Amino acid sequence: MLEFEDIQHILLTRAPALTGRYEFLSFRNAAGGRAWLSAILETVQSAAAMQASVDQNKRWVTVAFTWNGLRALGVDEASLATFPEEFRQGMVARAEMLGDTGENHPDNWVDGLASPDLHAIAILFARDGTERQRCQAEHAKLVAQCAGVELLSTLDLEATPPYDYAHDHFGYRDRLSQPVIDGTGEVPTPGSGAPLKPGEFILGYPDEAGPPANLPQPEILSRNGSYMAYRRLEEHVGRFRDFLRQHGQTPEEQELIAAKLMGRWRSGAPLVLAPDRDDPALGADPQRNNDFNYKQMDPHGYAVPLGSHMRRLNPRDTAANMNRRRLIRRGATYGPHLPEDAAEDGLERGIAAFIVCASLIRQFEFAQNVWVNDRTFHELGNERDPIIGTQDGTLEYKIPRRPIRKKIAGLPAFTTVRGGAYFFLPGIKALRYLATPSDARQG
Amino acid sequence: MSDALDQEDWSKPAAMAIPEGGYFKEKVEQGRYGPVFPKSPACYGFTIIAKIIPGREEVFYEYGRTLERAVAGQPDCLAILELHYLRWVLFPIKGETYFMYQGIFDTDFDKYTEDAVSLFTKLGIRTVFENLEGFPTDWQTNAPAFIKFVRDHQCPSFLEYGEYPYVSADEIKKALKLKAAFSSMLDQMQ
Repeated sequence: MLEFEDIQHILLTRAPALTGRYEFLSFRNAAGGRAWLSAILETVQSAAAMQASVDQNKRWVTVAFTWNGLRALGVDEASLATFPEEFRQGMVARAEMLGDTGENHPDNWVDGLASPDLHAIAILFARDGTERQRCQAEHAKLVAQCAGVELLSTLDLEATPPYDYAHDHFGYRDRLSQPVIDGTGEVPTPGSGAPLKPGEFILGYPDEAGPPANLPQPEILSRNGSYMAYRRLEEHVGRFRDFLRQHGQTPEEQELIAAKLMGRWRSGAPLVLAPDRDDPALGADPQRNNDFNYKQMDPHGYAVPLGSHMRRLNPRDTAANMNRRRLIRRGATYGPHLPEDAAEDGLERGIAAFIVCASLIRQFEFAQNVWVNDRTFHELGNERDPIIGTQDGTLEYKIPRRPIRKKIAGLPAFTTVRGGAYFFLPGIKALRYLATPSDARQG
Repeated sequence: MSDALDQEDWSKPAAMAIPEGGYFKEKVEQGRYGPVFPKSPACYGFTIIAKIIPGREEVFYEYGRTLERAVAGQPDCLAILELHYLRWVLFPIKGETYFMYQGIFDTDFDKYTEDAVSLFTKLGIRTVFENLEGFPTDWQTNAPAFIKFVRDHQCPSFLEYGEYPYVSADEIKKALKLKAAFSSMLDQMQ
């Protein structure tokens, strides 16, 4: 039985927000950090509380900590040592393995995200801009009241038009293939596979391999918690559109190229089910838009190229141990919308996302290292993920078709990593535990 | 990730001398569990050598028969390991028995071990590693400990050679399928 009243809402639910803000914080002393946490945790909702009040609420708050942040809050060394190695090291130390090299290197990250002083994040999702402004002012007041708590940086989130469905700045429909957790009551859409054991995402529960093991101690700290890999990915929209125009003579051909990079049309319609022309009704229909496999329906990649983003991040029935590699994605777009007919304006825009999982090394890092950036994925040779892979202009992209495949040489980088971090997302009781000085804790 | 692709030419046999320790100091690629042993003309691989718990020799021979039956019953049961070859060897040193497990495969070292843990658990096969001294008893729930044991007992090559270097098992199988298809096509044209 999942403890919905103790699990932070972001893990199980998605707020109906059109806007939001991330605030990155540093604690100069433990007392200040705990004072901040004590105050803000009154606004942090569990999954149960969020669902009970979603219609009345206008804002949803999540808090999470880096390993340095847990130490800054006063967590003792014995407990800190029980966290997994990759979390202790942090995303910056793992950069090379993650493919964060060249332009993506932490040396180039913005807003202090590569700094060891990054200790916590407060995630705000708000129903509208007015509510965001109100929350921003409230939080500024709180930070000012807590001696030793500093705001490192902030990022405002904005949905991109049209607002009637979630999509990124490139125009791809998002949130189409999310895993379902056993015990939530949620029913997987056709093609999404059976619900996964909760321990794949929430600490303290059985996972796909059996009972929970090797969890951070004490138990109150880890139970109902999770890990989040934060990625701030700039999307080079002008470069992406130029690429489509370069490789497609007509708007239809350009749409097909965009679809071949992703594996879906920008409407969300999967190429396996709509190989030749877009089918927006299919893309918008959750009962149909995820209902396909690769092994039987597209083994050679004639519909969905073997190296496309969708096929790499979820190889479905063509990879082993899929149930141990799944990821929950949360987050939003940031930066101004670039209208379709506008020239590149040089402003930063992109996706600021959290990848939620119970094991960063087995789930997030595996996906990033083996699926996104492995040049030999599916025996492709000289390719990486065309959307989020590390691209330096020397790699290619192959689109299978009869009689001869199309090979695009010198694929440009459509995205750049502008920052990232590993966060621990504690349960509600764990937040109270962290907010209490160790000598005042009971039990 | 492999960055060895630039020098990969299957038609030209190649040898690679590997420095002591198993890594090229100026070009150590980091994997999820530590540095990745470089891909050589003989692809990825490992040579794990460890002392067996005294008196357990027969368990190894029985394990050999079990795995033979498992592969016969389900020929693709080891497919996820992306193997070319595996060799299991027992040999004596000063009256004690040692075990050598040598594999050549196309996936990286850490992914191999991680997949192997999952595979053994799924197939219900007790790994023969349980009969090695110092092997973690909680391996089924502690992949990092399994991986650490394997890394600690890896004896890297100082030289590797490939007659058809860098070619993956999948590519070899594709080539053989193509040859079979061409043979069949020629038969139809007689």
